[in-house]
Amino acid sequence: MTPTQPRSFQEIILRLQSYWASKGCAVLQPYDMEVGAGTFHPATTLRALGTRAWAAAYVQPSRRPTDGRYGENPNRLQHYYQYQVLIKPSPPDLQDLYLGSLAAIGIDASVHDIRFVEDDWESPTLGAWGLGWEVWCDGMEVSQFTYFQQVGGHDCHPVSGELTYGLERLAMYVLGADHVMDMPFNDPDAPIALTYGDVFRQTEQEYSRWNFDQADTGMLLKHFEDAEAECERILAAPAEDKAGRKIVMAHPAYDQCIKASHLFNLLDARGVISVTERQAYIGRVRALAKKCADAFVTTEAGGAAA
Amino acid sequence: MPDLLIELFSEEIPARMQARAREDLKKIVTDGLVAAGLTYAGAHALSTPRRLTLAVEGLTAQSRAVREERKGPAVGAPEAAVQGFLRSTGLTLDQLEKRDDKKGQVYFAVIEKPGRKAPEIIAEVLEGTIRGFPWPKSMRWGAGTLRWVRPLHSILCTLSDEAGSEVVPLDVDGIVAGSTTRGHRFLAPAEFSVSSFEDYAAKLKRAKVMLDPEERAEHIWHDATNAAFAAGLEVVEDRGLLAEVAGLVEWPVVLMGKIGEDFLGLPPEVLQTSMREHQKFFSARSPKTGRIEAFVTVANTETADHGATILKGNQKVLSARLSDAKFFWENDLRTVAQEGMEGMAAGLANVTFHNKLGSQADRIARIEALAREIAPLVGASPDLAAEAARVAKADLQSAMVGEFPELQGTMGVYYAKAAGLPEAVANACKAHYQPLGPSDDVPTEPVSVAVALADKIDTLTGFWAIDEKPTGSKDPFALRRAALGVIRLVLGNRARINLLGLFDTGIMEHYRELSREWADPEWQADIDAMKRVGAKSLDEFYDLQRVLKEKHTTQAQRDAERQRVMDRLAEIDLASVVDDDDLLLAFFHDRLKVHLKDEGIRHDVIDACLAMPGNDDLTLLVKRAEALSAFLKTDDGGNLIQGFKRANNILTQAEEKDGVEYSYGADPKFAEDASERTLFAALDAAEAAIGPAMAAEDFGAAMAAMAQLRAPIDTFFEAVQVNTDNEIVRRNRLNLLSRIRTICLSVADLTKLEG
Repeated sequence: MTPTQPRSFQEIILRLQSYWASKGCAVLQPYDMEVGAGTFHPATTLRALGTRAWAAAYVQPSRRPTDGRYGENPNRLQHYYQYQVLIKPSPPDLQDLYLGSLAAIGIDASVHDIRFVEDDWESPTLGAWGLGWEVWCDGMEVSQFTYFQQVGGHDCHPVSGELTYGLERLAMYVLGADHVMDMPFNDPDAPIALTYGDVFRQTEQEYSRWNFDQADTGMLLKHFEDAEAECERILAAPAEDKAGRKIVMAHPAYDQCIKASHLFNLLDARGVISVTERQAYIGRVRALAKKCADAFVTTEAGGAAA
Repeated sequence: MPDLLIELFSEEIPARMQARAREDLKKIVTDGLVAAGLTYAGAHALSTPRRLTLAVEGLTAQSRAVREERKGPAVGAPEAAVQGFLRSTGLTLDQLEKRDDKKGQVYFAVIEKPGRKAPEIIAEVLEGTIRGFPWPKSMRWGAGTLRWVRPLHSILCTLSDEAGSEVVPLDVDGIVAGSTTRGHRFLAPAEFSVSSFEDYAAKLKRAKVMLDPEERAEHIWHDATNAAFAAGLEVVEDRGLLAEVAGLVEWPVVLMGKIGEDFLGLPPEVLQTSMREHQKFFSARSPKTGRIEAFVTVANTETADHGATILKGNQKVLSARLSDAKFFWENDLRTVAQEGMEGMAAGLANVTFHNKLGSQADRIARIEALAREIAPLVGASPDLAAEAARVAKADLQSAMVGEFPELQGTMGVYYAKAAGLPEAVANACKAHYQPLGPSDDVPTEPVSVAVALADKIDTLTGFWAIDEKPTGSKDPFALRRAALGVIRLVLGNRARINLLGLFDTGIMEHYRELSREWADPEWQADIDAMKRVGAKSLDEFYDLQRVLKEKHTTQAQRDAERQRVMDRLAEIDLASVVDDDDLLLAFFHDRLKVHLKDEGIRHDVIDACLAMPGNDDLTLLVKRAEALSAFLKTDDGGNLIQGFKRANNILTQAEEKDGVEYSYGADPKFAEDASERTLFAALDAAEAAIGPAMAAEDFGAAMAAMAQLRAPIDTFFEAVQVNTDNEIVRRNRLNLLSRIRTICLSVADLTKLEG
């Protein structure tokens, strides 16, 4: 039985949610901070560490200030959505599970050409890397498929399998939209039918202007340094609080690391970071990510004996 | 004799790793089998994206029993010696034999290793192969610790002969070897079992898997050229892409589509690069216009609609990609129209070339100065060469080259032409990188030659100065290639250049660039202003304090900057460029020897010419070497060298014995023999001819004149004895020999010749 084709952006998201829920994933909500990709969600970065089993799926709004095109480019946005699945340990049938998710959103492998093309993933800011592929559907990259080998400088044991879907691009393909702004967001036959552009065109313009021309670089720089300092301060605090409870604050510290990373992206979009400085900034964020990872693996969720 | 079949079935193996993996699998397994005492008739390895397969034919069913005898200590030898022998053989005393020897009885160990059955050996070898496989990058998965290029799912390992087929018992971290495999992921996913290699290959083909990468490549090329031909086009050959695409599919299905009208105006290099890099498409061009008009993609599946949906999808992706390329192209053209090529190049000041050699902009300034100096030597206008040097690397800042680095230079030519720059300047954007390798063309346009030489000499002097010379097989900055490039540029254009002068200029430019960075007139003015400030009130005091604080910060920054410049200056070691031992020129001469050896010129001939003045003028050097090489091949040439050597030996010995140098005053009036007088006349004639010929750099004529000396020298040696008792005659003859030596050495250092 061929499932009916989805009719809107949100239907694709809903189908992915119910598919992965049916495969046993905890369907989490987006992380409530600005991040560059779904990988930054602590449900991926931190939970990929340590020995505890984990299975989660979620939508993550993601921001890449340099990709802003004032809503004009048919497929580039400074704010977009990723769908992220992380399963630890990676199950032996992960490729089949993934192909099942494509079928669930209407990509039928009997008429399409689906391929796994080498693409090793590396995040210099997170000190993380893995091996895997970009998945092509008829020559278009629809997902990133990665077996995490290292996160925050720690070897992953067991290994997590990570799937990342670029939702807009995938949905445009499934729905046959040529411009992201023309894509139906809700059902096109709904009384109040909305396109992606109805929801996001204006914000793309506003943020593009702010990202490229207006953001106060002095302030951003200061915030970057504040976040960095706070992250380090949190991690340097003694493990025991006043009442003698042992509480390592890995997550609050990691929030500051995420913040620093996004502030760096904003500074980059403002064009105030030179090529040589870039490496230095990335190195500073990576140092934070590593310290957070070091802290997390000493906690219960990080697999340390309680 | 059974046949062995191995298949390692995994998730998708990167295309670029498959060829190497096939070779490694074959070598490691067969070497292991042989080392364990088996023999085989033949082996071949195949692969698809999901499987590595090895077939070994005619394997022996078991290894031969091995009997080894070892002689030990004498019976009655000290206990420690006997115990040591027992340990090394793994036997006990009662297992040793006693045999008679010349000096008495001696212990002998007879070790019998029984033959082992093939399956036992195969299991051991294959497990070792899997665990130690030399993937360029491997990974773990799930909760296990096994490493493979991607998760390994199953192992097929069977031994088969006429009697049937058996599975080789093997278990690698829970993956148990069997006799089954699977077909195409989508077209035939069911598991099936196989008995032999023929059965395996045939069943795979039915299950939509073409096992042989060569067959897939041929199939793709055949169908692609046919499809293009039918559309009146031809496929642009790309062997690397063909091998890669063949490694991405198990069941290749070729599809061809047209490129949208909007994009046909893009440079063909851009279309081809974008399609190859992003989509792994082949380009199809019109044989008439050379324009790329269509693409060929290779799908991994058959569909009911004969690929219509797949093609449509690919076309859409291509449009998006080419829209990007078009955006870059138009954007770059706009930049060039508004700001010119030099405007495009402005950002290069922020791009580091090498942390000890400054930014790309610094480098360009140095190349410009060098190009200006070289230009007149190669017949180029200094101003044009300087302009070309300024813009030749501008495209590194273009959006297009940012996206496709391999288009560097190519885009520069387009953009420079769009900016209205002279043709010669535009062409230098690409040609100044050339020659890129031994088979690449050498630029001939004078402006390109000047910039190409300047570019390479800057690189060589720079890395020499910071002591980053090539060592052994390590040459991370491709300095050997740069030196060979200089040699080919100079020789190919018959350019007359004294390289040492250019090395000096190259080095001076490194200093000059640093002093440019360092000079800061405002700094001194600030200090002077500070000195004049005085505190007359509290406000002024606070002001002064604030100013001082600011200045202090600035001071620290500038000190740091000054220190940085000082550090860089300290890194530059002029001595290492001009010292005899480490001479950059010697590096060039070594490269030149290799180059000329390929052209059939003996190394001792080159040495003879290297010893002459002006050896940093490579064109002159080679001219001399070619003439000498040709001269030595003539009868007169070979014999003259013998005569010269004889003269030189006699003279050298006499000079050593007498402690004087016989170099002046040979006089015909002391000649006793006719042969002596003939030689005097011949030397006069040769001298008269060789002088002007050498001045005109006509080495051929000079050597021809030298050849005339052969007969007189031979006759002279036959007729007279140099070391006679008459001291006046002897001295005169030695001085005569000295004339031979002087004349001959004026052409080349013939003492360096062998034989």
